[in-house]
Amino acid sequence: MSKLFSKENRAVFSAPLNLDNPIAVQVLGICSALAVTSQMQPAIVMGLSVAVITAFSNLIISLIRKTIPNRIRIIVQLVVVAALVTIVSMVLKAFAYDVSVQLSVYVGLIITNCILMGRLEAFAMMNGPWESFLDGLGNGLGYALVLVVVGTVRELLGNGSLLGFQVIPQSFYDMGYMNNGMMTMPAMALILLGCVIWVHRAYNEKKEKK
Amino acid sequence: MATKKFRCKVCGYIHEGDAAPEKCPQCQAPASEFEEITEGGAEKPAKKGLNTDGNTYTIIYSCIVVVIVAFLLAFVSKVLEPQSMANVRIDKKSQILAALNLRDVEKKDVEKTYAEVIVADEVIDKDGNVVKDGKSKDQDGFAVEDKNISDECLPLYVCQVNGETKYVIPVTGKGLWDAIWGYVALNADKNTVYGVYFTHKGETAGLGALITEYEKFQKQFEGKKLLSADGSAIALSVVKKGKTVVGLDEANRCDALTGATLTTNGVHNMLQECLSRYMTFLTTNE
Repeated sequence: MSKLFSKENRAVFSAPLNLDNPIAVQVLGICSALAVTSQMQPAIVMGLSVAVITAFSNLIISLIRKTIPNRIRIIVQLVVVAALVTIVSMVLKAFAYDVSVQLSVYVGLIITNCILMGRLEAFAMMNGPWESFLDGLGNGLGYALVLVVVGTVRELLGNGSLLGFQVIPQSFYDMGYMNNGMMTMPAMALILLGCVIWVHRAYNEKKEKK
Repeated sequence: MATKKFRCKVCGYIHEGDAAPEKCPQCQAPASEFEEITEGGAEKPAKKGLNTDGNTYTIIYSCIVVVIVAFLLAFVSKVLEPQSMANVRIDKKSQILAALNLRDVEKKDVEKTYAEVIVADEVIDKDGNVVKDGKSKDQDGFAVEDKNISDECLPLYVCQVNGETKYVIPVTGKGLWDAIWGYVALNADKNTVYGVYFTHKGETAGLGALITEYEKFQKQFEGKKLLSADGSAIALSVVKKGKTVVGLDEANRCDALTGATLTTNGVHNMLQECLSRYMTFLTTNE
């Protein structure tokens, strides 16, 4: 058991959450991050879906990595990812229909999410199943984290609510406060994402200098 | 292969690196027990008699992968089908209820409310004859998919809201980017619009997508007349605010959405096209 959670393995899992975050540092998977973050709920579901898919596709590819013919390895990776994405989208349709309608094509587009292919090529093809699983989970959650941060800000400022609950009281609106409609537009997501990356880098730079 | 390989003579552990490790991680044997493996020796255990680069292997491998994945997907799809079909059904029912101005019905109550309100889901043809009477609930008009709607197969929902008879007619058409569809509820006079519901697959967010909103778009349809004054044609129109159209009565006129001309044109055409198929039904009074 101690081997399963050794220092290296913990690092594999935690690095993508912060120092090696797929969105903030590697700048992968931006397109879906812009599209689904107008509210918190789809952002959370999208982030979790990506985490599940990266984790399990990493695991599967890592298990069969020695048998994959080198010339068709990308195709094999894609088939595995596509199968998982289809399963996730069917599960969402069955158990979270409203969210799946809201996410619409973006669940299907997880297949082309750069995070997935990047992790499969760069990590799962060369590492054992457990490390790969942790790496996939870490990257997926790192992605989810940024999505949720952006989604929170956008929903709070754009709709005055969090997870659909009104948090800004009516008295604020009576005093002349207005929801910022800009926040619900994809362009604001890009700007917010830029701010997230900025804060993240500034913070880590400070820490490094110490 | 830049790195060399070393095998532990005691337990057979293989280490990769530039030099033998100080201690074998498996049996703790010292570095002296390691021997370097030359390229010729290393190939034997690695290949295991399989040439993973060969054409035959590649083809067989891809076939096996495809078959496994296909079975897996078919299995999952079959297992989840009842659940997702139920969701699609509930979604459709809540859209029909929305046209009858029964909006914001809780998801779990949709089936119940629907069963109370909808009396029959008939299928009629363009001459107004009832093809299927829809008494068996959800089997006839409700089961008709949008793409199967034709002159011989026109779904019609007969409803009872607060003791009054209403008719709901499904409409489908093309928006700017993708499909749009909706439901039009009529009063018992088959002329006055009781309520409408429109939704879309992929119209522009914030512009064309506003056709789904009640306050901004759908509300204005209430009380409008479907037919022209002489009752000869479908006159219900969606036109730009301020634009004068010759012969268009105020009672037939709804305002288009600003900045979403093409989507609202789509709504206009959809209404004209789909409702005109029901002409005979609309103009005959029982």
